[in-house]
Amino acid sequence: MFFPIPDFKGFDFFPHGTRLPFMKYKGVALVASVVLMVASLALFLTQGLNYGVDFKGGSLIEVQSKSGPADLSEVRAKLNGLGIGDVQIQAFGSDTDLLIRVEQQPGDEAAQQVAMKKVVDALGDGYVQRRIEVVGPAVSSELRSTSIIAVFASLIAVSLYVWFRFDWQFAAGVILSLLHDVLLTIGIFSLFWLEFDLSIVAAVLTIVGYSMNDSVVVSDRIRENLRKFKRMELNELLDLSINETLSRTVLTGMTAIAGITALLLFGGEVIRNFSLAMLLGIVIGTYSSIFIAAPLLGFIGIKRENLIGTAKPAPGAEKSKKEPAGAV
Amino acid sequence: MLHFERWKIIAIVMTCMAGIFFTLPNFFSKETVESWPSWMPHRQLPLGLDLQGGAHLLLALDTKELEKDWLTTMRDDARKQLREAKPGFTGLGIVGNAVQVKISKPEELEKAKEALDKLVLPIGSALMGTGANDISVTVSGADTITLAPTQPGMQHRISSAVSAAIETVNRRVNAMGTSESTVVRQGSDRILVQFPGLHDTTLLKDLIGQTAKLTFHSVHPTMSAEDAAQSRPPVGYKVYPGVEGEESGRSYLLRDSPVVSGEDLVDSQPGFDSRTNEPIISFRFNQSGARKFGNFTKDHVGQPFAIVLDNKVLSAPVIREPILGGSGQISGSFTVESANTLAVQLRSGALPAKLTVVEERSVGPSLGADSIEAGKLAGLVGLLLTAILTTVAYGTFGVIACVGLLVHGFLILALMTMIGATLTLPGIAGFVLTIGMAVDANVLIYERMREELRNGKSPIAAIENGFQRAFVTIFDSQLTTLFAAIIMFWLGSGPIRGFAVTLTLGILTSVFAAVTVTRLLVALWLKSAKSKGRITEVPV
Repeated sequence: MFFPIPDFKGFDFFPHGTRLPFMKYKGVALVASVVLMVASLALFLTQGLNYGVDFKGGSLIEVQSKSGPADLSEVRAKLNGLGIGDVQIQAFGSDTDLLIRVEQQPGDEAAQQVAMKKVVDALGDGYVQRRIEVVGPAVSSELRSTSIIAVFASLIAVSLYVWFRFDWQFAAGVILSLLHDVLLTIGIFSLFWLEFDLSIVAAVLTIVGYSMNDSVVVSDRIRENLRKFKRMELNELLDLSINETLSRTVLTGMTAIAGITALLLFGGEVIRNFSLAMLLGIVIGTYSSIFIAAPLLGFIGIKRENLIGTAKPAPGAEKSKKEPAGAV
Repeated sequence: MLHFERWKIIAIVMTCMAGIFFTLPNFFSKETVESWPSWMPHRQLPLGLDLQGGAHLLLALDTKELEKDWLTTMRDDARKQLREAKPGFTGLGIVGNAVQVKISKPEELEKAKEALDKLVLPIGSALMGTGANDISVTVSGADTITLAPTQPGMQHRISSAVSAAIETVNRRVNAMGTSESTVVRQGSDRILVQFPGLHDTTLLKDLIGQTAKLTFHSVHPTMSAEDAAQSRPPVGYKVYPGVEGEESGRSYLLRDSPVVSGEDLVDSQPGFDSRTNEPIISFRFNQSGARKFGNFTKDHVGQPFAIVLDNKVLSAPVIREPILGGSGQISGSFTVESANTLAVQLRSGALPAKLTVVEERSVGPSLGADSIEAGKLAGLVGLLLTAILTTVAYGTFGVIACVGLLVHGFLILALMTMIGATLTLPGIAGFVLTIGMAVDANVLIYERMREELRNGKSPIAAIENGFQRAFVTIFDSQLTTLFAAIIMFWLGSGPIRGFAVTLTLGILTSVFAAVTVTRLLVALWLKSAKSKGRITEVPV
C-alpha cells in the first residue's frame, strides 16, 4: 500500500506545557472588558450608529464615471440644488466610482422613488449606475425590528443550548462573553462611524456563532478536566483547560482570520464593512472566550457533583486514569 | 474507528466523486456546458442578482384603496337590495370602515336586515367553507344597520387581490421581453419582483406602477361639471378630473357606472394616428364588449363619451357614427413610450389596487461582474492561506486536512447546485468563512492526537482517540453555528439568506469532510505505514 504524501511533522505553535497564567489576570481582564462594554453601550446610546439605508430608509446610488475620474465637486454641485435634503457623496473604491446617499424623504414610499429619480436625471449621461438601493420607511422599520429580534433570539437560543448541554454557570459565562462580543463590535462601528446595515447584522450573528464555538470548546475541556482531576483547585483547573485548548483556539482563529483577510483585501468594496465586522468579531470573540467565559466560572464557582452526575460524558472521559505528565 | 468496511469506502469515494461531478458545470461557460452529452450534469449554480446584475423590487398593495373599493361596492349592492325589498331607508353611506343605513319604520327593520343578509358570503370554496363570513350585518339602536368587512373577510380579500395582482404583474413583466423574472408573494400584502439582467428599472416601475383600469362612460347630456361641482351631482353621476396633459384642469360630469370596461378588451396595441401622426392606442373588444359598445354608440350619436383611465379622463370625443366593429382607438397626450406602456398595461388587465415600490435594489452588470471576480479571488486566496497554515501546523496530516477542505469545497458547491440555491456575494463570504471553520474540526482532532501521544498512548491509539474524543466537541461547536445560520435565514432578505444557506450547508459538508474523509485518508496512511513496519511516529 502506497501513500502519496511523505511523512513530516507539523509545527507546534504552543508547545506542550505552555502555562500562561490567564486566571491570574482574570480580574484585570474582566474589569477591562466591563469598562469596554460600558463604553460601547455609552457610545451606542449617545452617538448612535451610522445606519445604512436598510435601517434608516432613503436611497443609495453607486455610479461610475464613463470618462476618466469622477468629479466629486461637480456632482456635489449638481445634486445639492435638488431640494431633496441631505445628500452625501463619497469616492468608493476606485477614483471613477462614487457612492451617493440620499436621506429618507418625508412622506410615503413614493417620495423616495421621486428623489432617486431626480438624482439619476441630474447626473445625466456621464455616469453609469452600478447599484441602486431604495428602502422605504415601512421596510426599514421592519428590518430594524427583525434585526433586533434576530440578535436577541440567537443569544437566547445559544445560551439555552449551553445551559442544557452544560450547566447554568457555563451559560452565564457564555452569555456574558457573547454580549461582550456584540457590544464591542457595535461600539467600534459607532466609534469609527462605519456604516451599519443588514449585512453587519449577519456578521454579528456569525460572530455569535463563532464565539460560541470557541466557548463551547473551552467549556468542553473544563468539564472533562473537572471529572479527571477531582481535587484540583478550580482556578488552576480553568487555567489548565484554557492552556490545553490554546493551540486550537489560536490556530482556528488564524485560519478564520486568514479567510476573512482575503475577503477584506480582495472581496471588493460592497462587502468591505461586512468583512471588517467579521474580522473584528473573530478577534473579540477569541479574546472573550479565553478571558471572559472561562474566568467567570472562577468567580461563580461550579458544583462538581452536578456535572458528574447528570451531564452527558464525553466518550472515554472517565476511563482515563493516567494524568498528563505536565499537569501539576 | 479506523477500520472501514469496503462498502463504506465505496460510499465515501462515491460521495466525493459525485461532489466533483455535479460541481463541474460551474467551471465552464454556459455554451460549453450545453454542448455536453446528456449524461453529463448541466445544472449551473444560479447567480444572485448582486452577482449577475438585475433588479429586485418589493411592492406593496394599497390595502386601503382595496377596502375603500369594497365599501363602495358594498354600499351600491346594499342600495340595490333595499330597493328590491322596499323598506323605507335614509342616509345610506360609508361611515369610517363600514356602510351604514337608517331604516325609516321600525317594523321594516327585520325585512331590511333579511335583504342585506343576502350580501353576506362565506369565505372559501363551497365545499370547504371555513365557517367565517366576509361581511357582518349588525343592527344597532332602533333603526341603524351596519355592514362591515370582517377580519377574515378583509384578509381573504387582500389575499385574492394579491394573487390577481401577481398574475397581472407577471403578464406585464413578461411583455418586456424574454427573461427569467420571478414574481412571488411575500407576506400578506406584498409582491416581490426579481428581474435578472435588468438594471434600469424605470420602465419596469412605469409598467407596474399604474392600476390601468380603463372604463368608457357616458357624459351627462346637459349639466356641466362646474355646475355639478357647485350644487350636487345628480344621482348616479360623478365629476371626473382630466388627466395631466391636454386634459389637465378640465373636468367632466360622467355616469358613475361605465358602459364598458377594460375587462372586455381582448387586445390593445400602440400605433400612430394616420392623419395627425400622433401616438395612439388601438384596441379591440370581445363579443359582449363590442355589443355593449355598439349599442351605446348607436344610441348616442352626436353626444360625447369619456374614456377614463384610473378615474381620470383621457379624452372625451364626440360620437360621430355608431362603432359596431368592436374596435377603436384612444388618443390623448401620449408619447411613443407612454402609448407602449399603456398598451401593455391594458393587454395585461388592471391591477386590483395600486402597487407602491417599498424597496428597490438593483445592481448593474459591471458591478456584478466585478463582484464575481473579487469573490473568486478572495475565495482562492482564503483557501490557499488556510491550506498553508494547516500544512505548516499539522504536517502530513495537515495535507490530509487540505484534501478534506477540497472535498468540502466541492460538496458545498454541488449541494448548492443541486438544490438550486443562488450564489450571492455574501454567499461567497459564507463560503470563505466555512473554509476557515471546516479546518476547525481537523484542528480539534489533531490537537487531541498530539495530546494523546504526549500522554504516552501508542500511535494507533492516539489516532483513534483523537477522532473519537474530538467528535463530541465538534458536534457541540458546529451545532451552535447552525443555530446562528438558521436564525439568519429566518431574518433574511435575499443576500443574507444566501449567506445563511452557504453557512448551513458548509457546516454539514465540513463535518463530513473532517470526520469522514480525513479519517478514511488517515486510515489509508496507517495501512501504508504498517506495511513498512512498526509505526513509531505520527506525522501530525
